[in-house]
This record gives sequence, structure tokens and C-alpha cells, in this order.
Amino acid sequence: MSRLLVALLWAPATLLAAAAVHPLDPAPIEPRDLASLQAGARTFVNYCLNCHGAQYMRYNRLTDLGLTEAQIRDNLMFAADKVGETMKVAMTVKDGKAWFGVPPPDLSVIARARGADWLYTYLRTFYRDEKTPSGWNNKVFPNVAMPHALWTLQREQSAVDYDRTVRDLVNFLVYLGEPAALQRKSIGIVVLFVLGVLFVLAYAMKKAFWKDIR
Amino acid sequence: MASRLMALWEWFDARMPSVAEEWRKHAAEYYAPKNFNFWYYFGVLSMLVLVIQIVSGIFLTMHYKPDAGLAFGSVEYIMRDVSGGWILRYIHSTGASAFFVVVYLHMFRALLYGSHREPRELIWIFGVLIYLALMAEAFLGYLLPWGQMSYWGAQVIVNLFGVIPFIGPDLALWIRGDYVVSDATLTRFFALHVIALPLVLLGLVVAHILALHDVGSNNPDGVEIKKNKDSHGKPVDGIPFHPYYTVKDTVGAVVFLAIFCVVMFFMPEMGGYFLEHNNFIPADPLQTPEHIAPLWYFTPYYSILRAVPPLFNSQFPGVLAMGIAVLILFLLPWLDRSPVKSIRYRGPYYRIALALFVVAFLILGYLGIESTTVWGQFAATEGSLMDRMLDTKDRATWVARVCTVLYFAFFILMPWYTARDRVKPVPDRVTM
Repeated sequence: MSRLLVALLWAPATLLAAAAVHPLDPAPIEPRDLASLQAGARTFVNYCLNCHGAQYMRYNRLTDLGLTEAQIRDNLMFAADKVGETMKVAMTVKDGKAWFGVPPPDLSVIARARGADWLYTYLRTFYRDEKTPSGWNNKVFPNVAMPHALWTLQREQSAVDYDRTVRDLVNFLVYLGEPAALQRKSIGIVVLFVLGVLFVLAYAMKKAFWKDIR
Repeated sequence: MASRLMALWEWFDARMPSVAEEWRKHAAEYYAPKNFNFWYYFGVLSMLVLVIQIVSGIFLTMHYKPDAGLAFGSVEYIMRDVSGGWILRYIHSTGASAFFVVVYLHMFRALLYGSHREPRELIWIFGVLIYLALMAEAFLGYLLPWGQMSYWGAQVIVNLFGVIPFIGPDLALWIRGDYVVSDATLTRFFALHVIALPLVLLGLVVAHILALHDVGSNNPDGVEIKKNKDSHGKPVDGIPFHPYYTVKDTVGAVVFLAIFCVVMFFMPEMGGYFLEHNNFIPADPLQTPEHIAPLWYFTPYYSILRAVPPLFNSQFPGVLAMGIAVLILFLLPWLDRSPVKSIRYRGPYYRIALALFVVAFLILGYLGIESTTVWGQFAATEGSLMDRMLDTKDRATWVARVCTVLYFAFFILMPWYTARDRVKPVPDRVTM
């Protein structure tokens, strides 16, 4: 027990010191750009959702992106019957483990765990490596089990277009991580305004009550 | 209408006069010093946060599932599918950190103005007990989202109890209810977090306030206002808590809520300090994260734990130091031998000691978040005297050791430096 504790307390230092860190490119995402989010959603369901799920996200929530339920059903739903279902993946955890060594993680909150910059850099830094089982390796995630799922896109598109595709996908992943984020900020502004009014009233009341205290 | 309400109140008052009596005792005729300053907001703000946490917590329990297989998903369900669920969750997560912010500032106020000194020792003791209960409450609650940091943070902290000689392993097993942190741990932490500790906290808060209202509030001058009474027996420097401080605290509460809402609505993760990035990865008992750090409010003590070197390959000395670092707070009223209470009339020794203590506490807090390699290593050639003398060459560890010594020196040397300090004469009346 004590040895485990010592390991937990001191191991991080050695681990961190060993890992060489690849610099992250800032992700030029725009959370209010609906066209970008829709493009990202399309890439997501076509390229990511085969292996990764987003099991906490419902398809019909994508109406946030300016889509109708019919549009979602026709263009984005390949793995579910009803628009109220969550974005589950057909592949089982067991299969994932057998095929990749580790089950592909659920992507619902991946942007909150990794950050947009990490994802943006990660998806753009795959390179060929014959030494790995998948034939691919990655600069920010060395020896990652995942093959380069977007490699056909990267081959077909110009460098600028591929960066834009990844930008849109990361934009979508950030939305996916916290669908209420935009709503949160707009409610926040109203709440702060109300508190500002309350402050003026409370301050005036305090002044009035305290005028004869010295 | 008004007369009807009045009649209803009279009917009520005739049958239960203690309500009006308590109102007079604790608000309308509780005389507080009129010279409270900025530092005197944080007591009432602590109570406000307690209420916020209890109310938001009640609503969260309606949707949360204390089950190792469902907990992580139920939090995301709250964030996505429950109406206003994300507001509840962010109120509660921001509230947890806000609680420690206001409690730390409230405790610092006592150090500034000697609020722990005679006759207020009991208030201080209840306060330290509240702080302990709050730490337990925060630790238990942090397991509930069942992310990687929840899981491994709990694993590390429960293991701390495991290094206590003789009883340690059994104690850790008893706390966990299993050999590792598991579903059994989650369900018991949930029970303790939502009912046991809140009850303890509420009881202690009542005791804290009753003890305060029996002896009366201290103030920035450290003058006892009850020594100067008018012909009606009221302190001349006191003003009724209601309405004077109720209106003043309302202003403070609104400002506090505005800051709270800026965090909650615009930066709920607070750059990873209020909600850690790794905690958005579901708990995985088979995968230890690279870097385990507790939330910011525990990091000064975590630093002390890491700063103390293991003895015979046991981490017990560090755990002991960490425990004493918290428990030594209980002794504060008796360690302080100064003839004056307030920093306004204390001499240079106490001022310097307090400043060093605050700086050491903040540095320890910062270092507890970071890896021990954050500031690099001393350059010492292999085999040199320095290389053989030092058990670690991490600069941060040595800085943490210096700060740990400063932390303890503040308390241990206090009887000496407070008794010898050059104090200024204390006025008879409070100053505005």
C-alpha cells in the first residue's frame, strides 16, 4: 500500500520528464459558425462514428446547428433508427479491443478532456510508420492505436482544405463536448445585467441606511 | 390586508414567542461593531455558499446515479438532457471552489484581527471543525462525477490513511469498502456527501454562530465594544445587525454573486482548476493518469505531503506532517501571546511572520498543482558532494521544503515572536 502511494506521488515527475512534447497549433475554431459545425458533423458521422461513439449526445440535439430533424435523419443518421437516440457505435467494446488493442474512446466529451488545440494538431500530424500495427503513427500521441482515419481526405484535399476539414471537425467536437456552451454565455450576460441592477439598488439602500453612522 | 397579516402574526407570536425572541437576539438587537471592513463579508458569504450548495445539490441528486457504471453518464445526462441541468452542475462545481475561496479569506481575517483570541477561542475551534468537515465534504463529492481524477484522487487520498502504522491498511479498507476504489466506495461516498457531512456542517455552523453571538463580534481594531455601554446597556460602538449589516451584506452578496456568475457562465472550468480536464475521461481502474493533482484548495497540504521525504520507504512522515499542518490550527488561540489582537496595533514581528506565512501557503498551493519537476533540477555533477547529499535535485521540492518549514515556523515560533513584538497602544473606542 505504502509502496503504491510512493509510486503514485513520485512517478508523475519521471513520466512527465520523459515525454517529449510536440508543440500544439492553435485551433482556429469558431463556435458560432453554423456552416463549419454542420460540415464538422458530416465528417464526424462519416469518419469517426464507425469506431467511436458519442453515447451521451442525441441526434435530435443537432438541431442546435440549424438543422431540421428531417435533415438530421436523412444526412447524419446511419447507425440509429429514431432521431431521439444517442450517437452510439455499432462496434462492441470487445471487438474494439480485439482490433485495436484498446477500445476506441467515446468522443462525447473528448474536446473537454484533450482541448481543441490538441485535437486540431493530433488530426493533422499522422505519419506513415511501418513499425506500428496500423502502419500509422502520430506526433502528439506517439504510438497511438488509432490509424489515420482521415487519410483519404488528406490525400484528396489540398493542405489548406484539409486544415479546414479538421478545423470544422474540431469545431464540432468542441460543440459536442458542451452543447449548452453558447446558451450558457448568452444567459450569463442577462444574469450579470440583472445583478448589475440589483447592485445599484442594494448600494443605494445601504447608503440610505448608513447615512447617520459615523 | 396589512392588519390581517398583523393579526395572523400576533396569533402566531402568542403561541410561539421564541421566534421573535431569536430574531431580536440574533438580528434586530444583536449589536455588531460599526467598523467592519471588507474582510467581514466572508462569514456571511460562506453561509450563502453553503445554502447555494445545499439547494443545487438537492436538485442534482434527483438526476445523478451513484453507480460506478452509470455515474459518469448521469453527469453528462444532467449536462445535456436535464432542463437547466448544466446550470445546476456548474453552480455546484463553481460553488465548491467558491466555498474554499471565502472560507480561506474568512480564516485570514481572523489572523489579521485576532478573531481567534480570548474570549473567542470556541468560535475558532468550531470554525476549524467546519473547515475539516468542508474538506471531507469536498473530497467525498469529488469522487461522484467518476472521472479519472475523481477516481485516482480518491485512490491516493484513501491510501494516505493506509500508511498510518498498524491500523492503516484496515482503516483504508474500511473507508473504501473494497480493496480498490469501486462501486462500494462510490455509494458510501454519495451517502456521506449528500446527508452525513451536510448535517455535520449545518450543526457546526449553528454552533459557530451561537458562540459568536454569545461573546459578540471582534472588529478590525480588536477592541471589545461591550466594555463601552450607554445608559440603556447597549454598546456605544455597536449597531443592530439588522438593518445595518443586512443591507451592507446584501451589497457584498450581490458583488460576490456577480463574480460567481462570471466564473460559472463564462469559464466554468476555470482553466482546469475548478473542473479538471482529465476528469472528463471516465474512471478507469486499470489506467493510472500521468499526473495526479488534487483540486487547488488541497494543494498546499499536498505539497507538504510531497515535501517530506519518505522514511524507511514509508510515506507516513509526509502524511503526519500534512495532518499536523491542518490540526495545528486548533492551537492558534493559545500560541498567540500578543497583548493586542489586531494587526493594526501589532509590531513588525507578527506582520513579517504573517506575510511569510501567506507567501509560503500560496507557493505550496501552486507547487501542489504542478509536477515536482516544474522548476527543473539543480545542476550537480554526478558524484559531487551536493549530488550525494541531496535525495532529490528537483528545485520545486526544495522550495516546497523551505515553505513547509515556514508554514510550521509561523505556528511553532508564534508564542515567542508575538510575546516579544513591539505593540502600539490600543484605543478605547473603535476607529472608522
